[in-house]
Amino acid sequence: MPEKLVASFSRFRRSHEFWLLIVILVLCASLGLASSQFLTVQNLFDLLTSYAFVGILALGLLVVLIAGGIDISFTATASVAQYVALAVANAYGANWAGVFAIAIGIGGALGAVNAILIQKLRIPSIIVSVATLNVFYGLLIFFTGGKYIYSLPDWFATGIFWFEFEWGKDTSYGVNLQILALAVCFLVTWLLLNRTNIGRQIYAMGGNADAARRLGFHIFGLNMLVYCYMGVMAGIASLVQAQLAQSVAPTVLVGKELDVVAAVVLGGASLMGGVGTVLGTFLGLALLAILQNGLILLGVSSYWSPFFVGLVILISVSATAWSQRERRTRRARP
Amino acid sequence: MSEAPVMTLRGRMARLAGSGTIATLALLLFALWAVFAIAIGDRFFSVNTLQSMAFQMPELGILSLAMMLALLSGGLNLSIIATANLAGLTIAFVLTRYIPGSEGITWVGVQVLAIAAGFAVAALVGLVNGFVIAYLGVSPILATLGTMTLCKGLAIGLTHGNVISGFPEPIVFIGNGTVFGVPFALIVLALCALPVAIMLNATPFGAKVYMIGSNEKATRYSGIDTRAILLKLYVLSSLLAGVAAVVMLARFNSANAAYGESYLLVTILAAVLGGVDPFGGFGKVGGLMLALIILQVISSAFNLLNLSQFLTLAIWGGILIAVAAVPHLRGRAER
Repeated sequence: MPEKLVASFSRFRRSHEFWLLIVILVLCASLGLASSQFLTVQNLFDLLTSYAFVGILALGLLVVLIAGGIDISFTATASVAQYVALAVANAYGANWAGVFAIAIGIGGALGAVNAILIQKLRIPSIIVSVATLNVFYGLLIFFTGGKYIYSLPDWFATGIFWFEFEWGKDTSYGVNLQILALAVCFLVTWLLLNRTNIGRQIYAMGGNADAARRLGFHIFGLNMLVYCYMGVMAGIASLVQAQLAQSVAPTVLVGKELDVVAAVVLGGASLMGGVGTVLGTFLGLALLAILQNGLILLGVSSYWSPFFVGLVILISVSATAWSQRERRTRRARP
Repeated sequence: MSEAPVMTLRGRMARLAGSGTIATLALLLFALWAVFAIAIGDRFFSVNTLQSMAFQMPELGILSLAMMLALLSGGLNLSIIATANLAGLTIAFVLTRYIPGSEGITWVGVQVLAIAAGFAVAALVGLVNGFVIAYLGVSPILATLGTMTLCKGLAIGLTHGNVISGFPEPIVFIGNGTVFGVPFALIVLALCALPVAIMLNATPFGAKVYMIGSNEKATRYSGIDTRAILLKLYVLSSLLAGVAAVVMLARFNSANAAYGESYLLVTILAAVLGGVDPFGGFGKVGGLMLALIILQVISSAFNLLNLSQFLTLAIWGGILIAVAAVPHLRGRAER
């Protein structure tokens, strides 16, 4: 057993995730020393809550990237799902199961539209999702007039607060909707990719679609599943975001798609397909979150935050590409 | 078993159908003209309408050219808008700082210097992009995502999101003036599109760009320094973003860190609609120009019909899917 453990550790040590973990630990340690507020439970809960939206979308995108496709229409999908679910809840009344069913249903249906266009008309996924982003978003704003919804049902505005516990004198923590949804989505995506036959098929299809087709994989079905999964994640994320923002704003989500792409690719997923892990995505998301949070705690003006995020993305992708090249040349010259 | 070779053959035919795309687009344009002529009438062909169309097209057109160059090599340049805004702010900074109080030759000199400074910033971003993509081997989408965030961050950090405005007459003319009734900005677009078209179709450099887009490895093994070509290509793409910066700041008579952000995905939409293969190797400037005219005709007509600009977005997306599906549908009809 220990040998197996050592072997798997040495494999992990060479992986992208390992270096990401080291960077994050160094960042955490130095931020913890520099700011007394950083390594607190309060800050951890705040971070998880505010990054749940990006995190859930990142999981959906991870699955699409592994399958060898790309989807950037998810912000529009989320806007539509959010608007319809909460407009229906306001007009006819609904409960938690109701709004989630509507949002997930709409997300899945719009994902299916993408899958059908990509597979049946043989249009590359990047073209389809650029087009459907504009179609979904344009139609949503056309029919709703871009009006915000400020009054949400009481039970939705209150949210949930589970496993409440006291911390210190007058602060209490609990698992809120954002953290619960984020945790469930991480667990389900991990199970899908690592513990199911379908997950292995998604990796195989992303690695080599022709080989997968010849092996008799049901390519259309797999793609349908992958893009619907992305849509479902967008539906869940949209409600998480609406609950946090306490309103439905149809125009604020579109334009954030590249933030999600950044988190996933920082986590090591390849745009060529077949590569990527849930752990890596979590670490990529954590790196972005900790960086932005740390800059604020250090008193750096929030105006400068995107600059440092850009710098980290550029350095990280350059270092990864450089180390891969070194490894290739070392292998070529024994 | 036999499906795979047929598939790749069909894929190759779809790629070769670049000229077919131009025919499709021309047909589409005539159809749209006919429909809108009936729906709107003479107003659609008035000088005012044509002129306003000609004023709106150049920004998106120049930015789409910048995107097209990267797409042709099999890459992508997500940093064009951020580069344009950073270059625009540089120009605006020099102008507002040194123009007041200057006259005569200094007055002219400052304006030339300002634009040169803007192009220098754009070229620098292009060098970073090109170096990271060509020499470090980072995938273009990631590298330019990084420089996009970096440039935007720099612009926001330096200006705190504020607008810089108030420029001298000649600068404003670039965006708002006309020469014999033709908007000067449209002439700028033509002055960008023509050299790019000539460079792509009639120079060794252009041929090498198409080759890299079709098969980068094969191009490298045939003795071409693909890295130098890619570096130059990303610098050119950035310089075009610099030209777009001048047109943009001239038209709005102001510069800001966040102007034109919604254009980013639209430039990809325009390029692909114009027959540029998103995986590289195929696409003509003529097709892109037709696509831009189509997008502009729809937008202007919807404006005249008092329809929402968001409906225009939706229709643009629908048309992209329809045009992208044509090669496959045609292939199926022929079999």
